[in-house]
Amino acid sequence: MMLAFDFALFLEKFLLIVGVIMGSLVIAMYTTYAERKVAAVIQDRRGPNRAGPFGLLQPVADGLKLFMKEEIIPLTSNRWLFILGPCLAMITAMMTGAVVPWGNEIEIFGRKVDLQIADINIGVLYIFGVVSMGVYGIMIGGWASNNKFSLLAAIRGASQIISYELAMGLSLIALLMLTGSLSMKTIVEQQVGSGIWNVLLQPVGFLIFLICAFAETNRTPFDLPEAENELNFGYHQEYSSMKLGFYLFAEYINMFISSAVMATLYFGGYDIPFVNEASLSAKWGTNLVTVLGSITLLAKVVFFLFLFMWVRWTIPRFRYDQLMDLGWKKLIPLALANMLITGAVILWLNK
Amino acid sequence: MQALTNRSKVLEQKPMTMMERLYLPSIAKGMAITFSHIFKKKATIQYPEEKRPFSPVFRGLHILNRDEEGRENCTACGLCAVACPAEAITMEAAERKPDEEHLYREEKYAARYEINMLRCIFCGLCEEACPKDAIYLTETFAPANYTRQSFIYGKPDLLIPDPSTQKDAFQEAQGKLEAHKANMKAAKNDQ
Repeated sequence: MMLAFDFALFLEKFLLIVGVIMGSLVIAMYTTYAERKVAAVIQDRRGPNRAGPFGLLQPVADGLKLFMKEEIIPLTSNRWLFILGPCLAMITAMMTGAVVPWGNEIEIFGRKVDLQIADINIGVLYIFGVVSMGVYGIMIGGWASNNKFSLLAAIRGASQIISYELAMGLSLIALLMLTGSLSMKTIVEQQVGSGIWNVLLQPVGFLIFLICAFAETNRTPFDLPEAENELNFGYHQEYSSMKLGFYLFAEYINMFISSAVMATLYFGGYDIPFVNEASLSAKWGTNLVTVLGSITLLAKVVFFLFLFMWVRWTIPRFRYDQLMDLGWKKLIPLALANMLITGAVILWLNK
Repeated sequence: MQALTNRSKVLEQKPMTMMERLYLPSIAKGMAITFSHIFKKKATIQYPEEKRPFSPVFRGLHILNRDEEGRENCTACGLCAVACPAEAITMEAAERKPDEEHLYREEKYAARYEINMLRCIFCGLCEEACPKDAIYLTETFAPANYTRQSFIYGKPDLLIPDPSTQKDAFQEAQGKLEAHKANMKAAKNDQ
C-alpha cells in the first residue's frame, strides 16, 4: 500500500536534502569570501578583513546588499524567460548534489542511514544530464535580456559547453570501463576497498575531466560567457539584485559540486588515504569513521575549490578560437586515444 | 639595414614547440609563481589602526604659536603673507587695547588671520619668514570637506590650544613644535 510508506525514510531523506542544500549554499557563500581572500593574497593584498573577524561576515554583507538592491526587469526583455533564466541556473546547480555520496553510512537508533540523497544506478549520467541543463540558464538569460552582448555571451556559453561536454564524456567513459558501474556510491566503494584512487589509473582522463570542469563551470581561463572586459559581464549584464545574485551563486555552487564530483570519481570520495576503513570502523565504530570520511571528502573539495581559484588568478582567458581549438582538436582526440588505450589494456589484462 | 646601436635584438618568431603547445608546463610555472606570492609580505597598511610614519621634516597644517603665558606671538607684520608664493595668507592688523595685554604679546596683533588651504602649497616659507616665532607647520594635513569656504582656515582653526584653559593640549602641541623646529634645523644643517 502506498500509505504504509516508511516515514523514517522520508524524514531521513528530507533532512539530508535540507542538509545538502543548506550546506552547498553556505559553502558557496564562503567560497565567494575565499575567492576574494585567495585573489588578494596571490596579488600581495589582504582581502576583505573589515566585516567581522578576518572579514568573515563579508559574504553576509554582500548577500544583504544584493537583496536590498533595486530589481530591474528591462522593458524590452522577455519577462518570463528573464525570470526563468536565473531560476534554472540555480535549480540545476542545486540538483546535482543529490547523487554525490557525502559519506558512508551512519547508524542512528539502530537504523543505517546512507549519507547520500539518492544512490541511483546511473549517477554519473544524471550529473551529466543536469549539468548540461545548467547552460539553459545562461542561454535563456542571455536571450531574454534582449541585448547584443548578452546574446553573444549566451551563444558563446552554449557552444563552449557543448564542445567541452564531449571531451568530458569521453574521458569519463574510460573511467567507467574501469569501474564497470555508473553509480557514484559503487565507484567510491571500489576505491575505498582497493585503496587505489582512480586518478592513479586514469591520470590523463582526470586531466581532461579537470580542464572540462573548468570550462563547464565557466571559470577562468574559460570564462568567455561572462568576459567582463569583452562582453560587459556577458549574459548577466541586464540582471540586478538577487537575480544577479542567483547567477553568481549558481556559479559557485557549480564549482563546489564539480569539485565534489572530481573528488568522488577520481580521488576516492570519502576514502581516508593510507587508512583501512574496515578495520578502523571495527575499532572506533562506524559513525566516527563515517564522519572522518566526510571531513576527508570536504578537505578534498576544499583543495579543488582552491585549485579553481588559484588557476583563475594565474591564467589569462583563452581567445575564443583557441578555446574551440583546444576543445575539438586537442581534448577530444586525446580523450578518444585515452579511451581506446584504456580499453585495450583492460582487454589485454583480462586476456 | 645597418643597426644604429648595438642594443637592437632580432626578433625570432619560431612556431611553438610541442611542449609549448601543451601549455601545461608554463601553466605549472605560472601557478608556482602565484603560489609563492601567498607568502610574500603584503604592501597594505591597515590605515586607521596603522599609520605610515611621517618624514621628520613633513610640512602640514599651520599652527599659530603662543608664548608660555598664552599670549599670541603674531604681530601681524605681514612678512609671511609677503613670503607666501601662493598668496594664501591674508591678515588684518589691530592695536592692542590696555586690557588685552594678557591676550597678545606685543602692541599690535592680527585681528583676522586666514590661510586658504586650497591655495597653500605647504612650502614652509611663512615659517622661515616669521620673525616672531609665531607660525609653524605641523604634522597634520587638512581633512576633506564639502565646501571651498571651509578650507579657508581662520584664527580659531590655526591657534595653538590656550594654556589657561587646555594646559595639557598646549604642552603637547608645543612639544611637537619643538621637535619640528629641531628637525628643520637638522635638515638645514645637512644641506
